[in-house]
Amino acid sequence: MQPIQANDVQNALDQLIGKELYLHLETTNGAYANHNNESVLTVNAYIRNGKVTPLSGKIMGIGPFRVGLKIELGWIYAEGLTHWEIDSEGRLLLAGHDQEGRLAVALQLSTSPFDV
Amino acid sequence: MNDHLLVIFPHPDDEAFGVSGTIAKHTKKGSPVTYVCLTLGQMGRNMGNPPFATRESLPLIRQKELENACAAVGIEDLRQFGLRDKTIEFEDEQLLADQFLSVIDEVKPATIITFYPGYSVHPDHEATGRAVVRAVKSMAESEQPELLCVAFARNSEEDLGAPHIVTDVSDVFEDKMNCIKAHRSQTQWLVNSVEKDPAMLEWVQKERFWRYPL
Repeated sequence: MQPIQANDVQNALDQLIGKELYLHLETTNGAYANHNNESVLTVNAYIRNGKVTPLSGKIMGIGPFRVGLKIELGWIYAEGLTHWEIDSEGRLLLAGHDQEGRLAVALQLSTSPFDV
Repeated sequence: MNDHLLVIFPHPDDEAFGVSGTIAKHTKKGSPVTYVCLTLGQMGRNMGNPPFATRESLPLIRQKELENACAAVGIEDLRQFGLRDKTIEFEDEQLLADQFLSVIDEVKPATIITFYPGYSVHPDHEATGRAVVRAVKSMAESEQPELLCVAFARNSEEDLGAPHIVTDVSDVFEDKMNCIKAHRSQTQWLVNSVEKDPAMLEWVQKERFWRYPL
């Protein structure tokens, strides 16, 4: 993955507007968050292969970045994004990594379902 | 005498920290080990800085790491169940127990090692341990293998007492470290801390198990 260049990501998002897509959306502080520090709540939310058709999409911020997608009945949103790539299968992968390289948030869009 | 060891864990690397020394000792004396690994640890968080993996490439990396880790400690029978990381507790526990039972029927282990339900922190660990206990409890008492569990919740010793078995694995330390290092996408921190911290080195050279009361 590469550090996010907002213009490049915006161009990639623009290509996906109006298409029926599969969504991976995830945020986590790790299954051991509370085990490692009792004052921290272990939190994790995860959607694998939600079917969505974005009406519009924007990347905002000066880094880490935020990406919001408007859909017919609502919104999809991720904050803390630091890295991106279009992978070998043409999928848009966005992720936020902390200083130790641990993934904290991911937003991914694909025209075919993600593996399960 | 049959001394087949069956190890059942949800994630590649679960075997490395607490059990790989025991596994290496077992395979070194020519005894068979079967390792049932339920997922590919697809939801692992360590991607590196700069990142060497993505959420989508991580499982491919971890598949290779798992194979290398098995080779490091002489595991020749690896069974992968193809489940998804962090979803084990939402699967049908009876179905999972039945799948374990069919492996148990086939390899007839003298001993099973898994996680101690209630004392293994990660929801996948807990669900795996519960399904193994369910499988073994459903067997005729005379057929039941010995069930040894790994526990590392903070209250483990307080509730369960001292481990029933503490195995010194310093004689296979190199194999164990090679197994840990094979999972390098996830274990770099541990390798570093073993190399720097004498207490950690001491901890890695002992493996601790509790017998599950069936």
